[in-house]
Amino acid sequence: MKVDNSLPLEYGTEQNKLNILGFWIFLGAEVMLFATLFATYFTLENRTGNGPAGAEIFELTPVLIETILLLTSSFTIGLGVHAMRLGRKNAMITFFSITLLLGLAFLGVEIYEFTHYASIGAGLQVSAFTGILLTTLGTHGAHVTLGLFWGLFIIMQVKKRGLTPETANKSFIFSLYWHFLDVVWIFIFSFIYLKGMM
Amino acid sequence: MDYFDRFAIPHPSPAIYASMVAIGLTVIAILVGLTYFKKWGYLWREWLTTVDHKRIGIMYLIAALLMLFRGGVDALMMRAQTAVPDNKLLDAQHYNEVFTTHGVVMIIFMAMPFIYALMNFVVPLQIGARDVAFPRLNALSFWLFFMGAMLFNISFVIGGSPDAGWTSYFPLAGNDFSQSVGTNYYLMSIQIAGIGTLISGINFIATIFKMRAPGMKLMKMPMFTWTALITNAIVVFAFPVLTVTLLLGTMDRLFGTHIFSMTNGGMDMLWANLFWVWGHPEVYILILPAFGIYSEIISTFSQRNLYGYKSMVASIVIISFFSFLVWTHHFFTMGQGPLTNSIFSITTMAIAIPTGIKIFNWLLTMRKGKIKFTVPMLYSVGFIPIFTIGGVTGVMLGMASADYQYHNTMFLVAHFHYTIIPGVVFAMLAGLTYWWPKMFGFMLNERIGKWAFWFIAIGFNVTFFPMFFTGLDGQARRMYTYSEASGFGLLNMLSFVGAVGLAIGFAIIVYNVYYSTRHSSRNIGSDPWNARTLEWATQTPVQSYNFARTPQVDSIEAFWDHKKKGKPLFKGKIEKIHMPNNSGVPFIMSCIFFVWGFSFVFSMWIPAIITTIAIFACMAHRSFEKDDGHYISVKEIEATEKDSEVLANESR
Repeated sequence: MKVDNSLPLEYGTEQNKLNILGFWIFLGAEVMLFATLFATYFTLENRTGNGPAGAEIFELTPVLIETILLLTSSFTIGLGVHAMRLGRKNAMITFFSITLLLGLAFLGVEIYEFTHYASIGAGLQVSAFTGILLTTLGTHGAHVTLGLFWGLFIIMQVKKRGLTPETANKSFIFSLYWHFLDVVWIFIFSFIYLKGMM
Repeated sequence: MDYFDRFAIPHPSPAIYASMVAIGLTVIAILVGLTYFKKWGYLWREWLTTVDHKRIGIMYLIAALLMLFRGGVDALMMRAQTAVPDNKLLDAQHYNEVFTTHGVVMIIFMAMPFIYALMNFVVPLQIGARDVAFPRLNALSFWLFFMGAMLFNISFVIGGSPDAGWTSYFPLAGNDFSQSVGTNYYLMSIQIAGIGTLISGINFIATIFKMRAPGMKLMKMPMFTWTALITNAIVVFAFPVLTVTLLLGTMDRLFGTHIFSMTNGGMDMLWANLFWVWGHPEVYILILPAFGIYSEIISTFSQRNLYGYKSMVASIVIISFFSFLVWTHHFFTMGQGPLTNSIFSITTMAIAIPTGIKIFNWLLTMRKGKIKFTVPMLYSVGFIPIFTIGGVTGVMLGMASADYQYHNTMFLVAHFHYTIIPGVVFAMLAGLTYWWPKMFGFMLNERIGKWAFWFIAIGFNVTFFPMFFTGLDGQARRMYTYSEASGFGLLNMLSFVGAVGLAIGFAIIVYNVYYSTRHSSRNIGSDPWNARTLEWATQTPVQSYNFARTPQVDSIEAFWDHKKKGKPLFKGKIEKIHMPNNSGVPFIMSCIFFVWGFSFVFSMWIPAIITTIAIFACMAHRSFEKDDGHYISVKEIEATEKDSEVLANESR
C-alpha cells in the first residue's frame, strides 16, 4: 500500500481518500433521511388526536442535560482527532473513551425520557404526534447506540494495531459520523423541543 | 398448531398450490443438480463470494431476467383475465395481488437490477478503472437486493401477497383494510433491497468521481457513465426518503403507531406524498441510464460522435433536479387545491424540455450518419417515436384540470407503459445485446434478434395502444372485470393478443441466447461493433483486473481516436496490480437479512432480535477483519496478456 506522507494519516492512501469521500456521500443520504423525518414531524406536529401536545410533555431539564452531554462529546472527539494527528495514541484513546462515555450518558437520559413519556400517557401508539416524535428521536438514538459499539471497536483496534493509515482512517470517519449526530441533535433540540415548548 | 396458521395463504387457489409444488421441485432440482455435478465449491468460490464488478453485474442480470419472467407471467394473467367481459379466470382478490406484484417486481426487482447489471459491468470499464470504489460493499448491494427479491417472491406461497397496489396507499394498506401479511412483505422486502440500492448509489458516485483514468475529465466521460453518475446521485437523495416511508409504514402496521391511519391524528395523504417524493425520482433513476445506453448505441451505429454532448449533460442534470419537484402530479385529484396543482403542472411540463433536447440530439446524431441497423440500433430507433407518444400523453396527464378526466383509467396505464417499456425495457434489451459480446465472448444472433425486436415492438403497441381508447371511454385501471355492455371487450381482447405477441418476442430472446451459445463464433476480437468507448479497448473476455495498463485519455472518445488517429492509449510498462479479496460475508449477511425480514413480516420477535444481533455481528466482523487484498504479479499479467494477443492475432 502506497502511503503519501504529505497528507494527514487518515488521507494517506488512495483507499483512505475513497473511504472518506464515500462516507461524506453517505452522510448526504443521512441528511435526506433525517430531513424526511423532520418534514413528517412538522406535518404531524399538531395532530395530537386525544393525546397530549408537545408543550404538555416536554421538560427542559433532561433535554438540556442531553444537549450538553452530546455537544461536549462532539468537542472531545474533536480533541481526539487532533491528538491522532499529533500521533499521540494514548491521548486519542482517552478522548475517544470520554466521547463514548458521554454518548452513553446521553443515551441513558434519553431512555429515561422515553419511559417518562410512556408513563405520562404519551406512548408510541397514542397519536400521530407521539408516534412521529418517538420515531424521530428513536432513529437518532439508534444512530447513537450504533455509534457507541462502532467507537468501541475502533478504540480496541487503535489500541491493538496502533495508529496506521487504516485505523486513523476509521477513527476520522467515525468522528465525522459523531459530529453529524450532533448536528442532527441541534435540529432536534431547536425544532422539536424549543419550538414545541414555546 | 395455531402458531403455524399464520403461514397459510388467506386466498388459496389451485394455481397457487401448483406454484408451491413448482417452487419446491425447482429448489430440489437445483440442490440435487449442484450436488450431482459437484458445483458447490465452484458456486461458492466464483460467484457467491465474488467482489468482481463484472461477475456481480452478470448476477444482477440473471436475477433481472428471472424477475422479468415472473412479472411477465403476472402481466399475462392480467391481460388474460380482462380479455373478455365478466371473466372468471381470476377473482378480485387474486387480481389485486397480481397487479400489485406485477408493479413491484417490474420496477424494483426487474428494472432496477437490470440497470445496475449494466452499470456494474460497464461503468468501471468505461472509465478505465480496476473495479468499483468499494468492491465488497458492491457484493453486499447485490445480495441485499437479491434477498429482498426472494423475500418478496415467497409471499404468494407463504402468508399471501401484498394486494394494495405497487403504490400501497394508506389507509388501504393499513391493518384495517389489508389484514394479511402481504403488505408486511412489501415493506420489508423493498426496505432490504432499497438499502442495497442506496449502498450502490454511494459506491458508484465515489467510483466515478475518484477512479477515472488519467486525463478523463468529467466533461470527457462517456454518456452512459454520465447518466450513471447522475442516476446514482438521485438514488442517494431519493432512497433515504423511501427508507423512512417504509419505516413509518412498518411502524404503523407492526407497532401500532398512527402516522398514516385515519384516527388519532394520522394523515393518510402523507403516505402518498412521501411515496412519490421517492417514486418520481425513481422514474428518472430508471430512465436516465436508458438514455445513456441509447446515446452510446446511436453514436456507435451511426458511426458519428454524439451530437450536442454538453447539452446532453446539461439536460440530464436538469432532469435530475426537476425529478424532485413534480411528485404531486401523481395525485392531482386528491385534494391539493388549484394553486399547488398549477405549480406541479408547470414543473411537470417543464421536464419535457430537457427530454426533448435529448430526442433532437439523437436524431441529429443519426443525421448524415452511416447507420447500421443492428439489433441494438433497432431498439434505439424504435424507442424514439414510441417514447415520444409516451411523453406527449404524459404532458396531457400533466395538465391538472384535464387529469380529472384521465386519472386512474387505462389511459394512464397506457401512458406509463409507453414510457417505461420503450424507455427502460427496450434500452435494457439494446444494452444487453450491445454489451453481450463483452460479457460472454460471443455475439447474439442478429437475425433471430431482429425477429424478437419486431415481435416485441409490434406486440407492445398492439397491447397498449388500445388502452388509450378504453381509458378515455372510462375503463378504470385495477378493475378485475367489466360488463359486456361497457363495450370494452374488443379492445381488451386486442390487448391480450398483443401481450401474447410480446411474450413470444421474449421467448425468442431466450431461444436466441440458447442458439447463440451453441452456434456463435468465439473469434470476435475485442471490438466487434467498431465502438468508441474504453470498455472495447480491453480484451474479451475481460480479465479480472480489467486493464493490464491504465489507459491514458485526452478526448471524449479516446478509443475511437486511438483507432482512427493512432493516438496511444496504453503507455508505460506493466506493473503489479492490487486486487480486493473475495468474501463470503456479504452473502451470509444478506441471508441473515432475509430471515430478519421474514421474522418481521410475521411479527416473530425472538428470531427478529437474534438476526438483528447477527447482522451487527457481521458488521463487527468486518470492522476487525484485516484484509489488504492481494497482488497480481507482473509475470502473471504478462502471461495472460500474451495469450490473448496470440488469440487476437489468430482471429485477424
